[in-house]
Amino acid sequence: MAFLELSRVSKGFGSAPKRTEVLRDINLQMERGEFVAIVGYSGSGKTTLISLIAGLLRPDSGSVTLNDLEITAPGPDRGIVFQNYSLLPWLSVYENISLAVDQVFPNWAPAKKKMHVERHIAMVNLTPARDKRPSQLSGGMRQRVSVARALAIDPQILLLDEPLSALDALTRATLQDEIGRIWEESKKTVILITNDADEAILLADRIIPLTPGPNATLGPEIVVDLPRPRDRKALNHEPRFKEIRAEVVEYLLSCKQKTKTTLSKKLRLPDIEPEDLSIPRNYFSPRRDPIRRRELKEETVEVSK
Amino acid sequence: MNETKFKLDWLVLPLLGGILVLFLWALSSSTWTKELPSPTKTWEASKPYVQNPFEKRGEMDQGILRFTWYSLVLVAKGYALALIIGTPIGFMLGLSKFFTKAFDPIIQILRPVSPLAWLPLGLVLFQKPNPAALFTIAVCAMWPTVLNTAVGVRSIPQDFLNVAKVLKLSRAKTLFKVLLPATLPYMFTGFRLSLGIAWLVIVAAEMLTGAPGVGGFLWQEYNSLIYEHIILCILTIGIVGFALDRLMSLAEKRFRTSIA
Repeated sequence: MAFLELSRVSKGFGSAPKRTEVLRDINLQMERGEFVAIVGYSGSGKTTLISLIAGLLRPDSGSVTLNDLEITAPGPDRGIVFQNYSLLPWLSVYENISLAVDQVFPNWAPAKKKMHVERHIAMVNLTPARDKRPSQLSGGMRQRVSVARALAIDPQILLLDEPLSALDALTRATLQDEIGRIWEESKKTVILITNDADEAILLADRIIPLTPGPNATLGPEIVVDLPRPRDRKALNHEPRFKEIRAEVVEYLLSCKQKTKTTLSKKLRLPDIEPEDLSIPRNYFSPRRDPIRRRELKEETVEVSK
Repeated sequence: MNETKFKLDWLVLPLLGGILVLFLWALSSSTWTKELPSPTKTWEASKPYVQNPFEKRGEMDQGILRFTWYSLVLVAKGYALALIIGTPIGFMLGLSKFFTKAFDPIIQILRPVSPLAWLPLGLVLFQKPNPAALFTIAVCAMWPTVLNTAVGVRSIPQDFLNVAKVLKLSRAKTLFKVLLPATLPYMFTGFRLSLGIAWLVIVAAEMLTGAPGVGGFLWQEYNSLIYEHIILCILTIGIVGFALDRLMSLAEKRFRTSIA
């Protein structure tokens, strides 16, 4: 069996009749040390997928296994970097990371813990900001703290849930390079969820597109056979890079076209209240006059083209 | 509105307002309500209490700050009791839907009950005025703490709870490292409102129990027909209440800025 395996995983929210199936029949196999990027539109269920692997959600059907063990609950063997950083605002950079380290390595000597935390702060180039609170840091710096915290618990797999999508383009580029460098050093198994095809190509071994939801599923994988380390400047002139990029983008665009395009229309409702005609009428309760609405009511309906 | 600001307006305008009210007071006492002591008479009669604020001439004849001190000590005890009982209840309400469903209706019913209604029950329960006053303060003052803590716990962002889940923090660690710090700003708002109520209740409680303090003094002077001292007490109660509220909101602000 593969290191991480998702087989026939489905997940939906809500109960009938308002139920939406978010993910349907997801199959994924990953080997140790691999870097896989899952690319998809926003709203297609990427965060649901990562929550399933993290154990924050349980699938409705199918199974998620890590090292042949079924994932049933969240745990520190999976380090997660959330899109919105999820740092505790009342703790400094050092304290945020050491909270995690204390929890995962309770038996280490204090000096060892301290060194471990300091090393990870240095790894994301934040040593000068060691004692600052998250509110005093920029978005990019916060996300680096989040990455350092995820790595410091030495997880078997690192889950990155759109870690860079809230950042400006320049900071994003710097952090992409940093994530690439850290991955080369640590050789962790990484799943990166992103909506940026370039980011996926720069970092990943394989790119797996996620079709637009509802009922999202994984498309055919695209292997990124570009040599490492990849340099973003050189990459731009690489013909193979352009090919892969075209392949990813075209697949995602074609998915989008296949799904039914719906049009939302605003309709004005008639200015009369519905009346229950099944109630029998007699002399004592005669049929009332129609009730007019006091105000205009509008309803938005989805019409498929 | 285009109001001009000028130098020292923060000092001059409030003074102006105060003088206006003082003038209305003097006018009223000299025209339509002769019973109301005039400002000068009030000052004359209050002089010994204000100029020697800590003097003790008898059980019910003491300097005004000495009376205030008695009241404050009683408030502090009752308030502490309110926080000790109210905060855990608030946490339980915020954490458990089950608990909320069970106890929210009874809380909503007990919350609007006046201190004057609780005090006789306290007297029946404890037989002595002091514990009865404490009981009344605690029961009346704890609701804002209970409700604000509950709201604070409910509005903790899911991200923070996810962090606790992913790290598998123990229950105690989740409480002290995540829940408590995240709720602190809300709790402080509750604490401030509770203190305001505790101070309101103390006066009523002292009036009924006759314990030495600002409220007790007020009631005694009413009975001995020294109306000047009623006004002295009202002003003291107001100033102390204002000061307490300011102090708490300073503390509250400190917590807000340190977290946000």
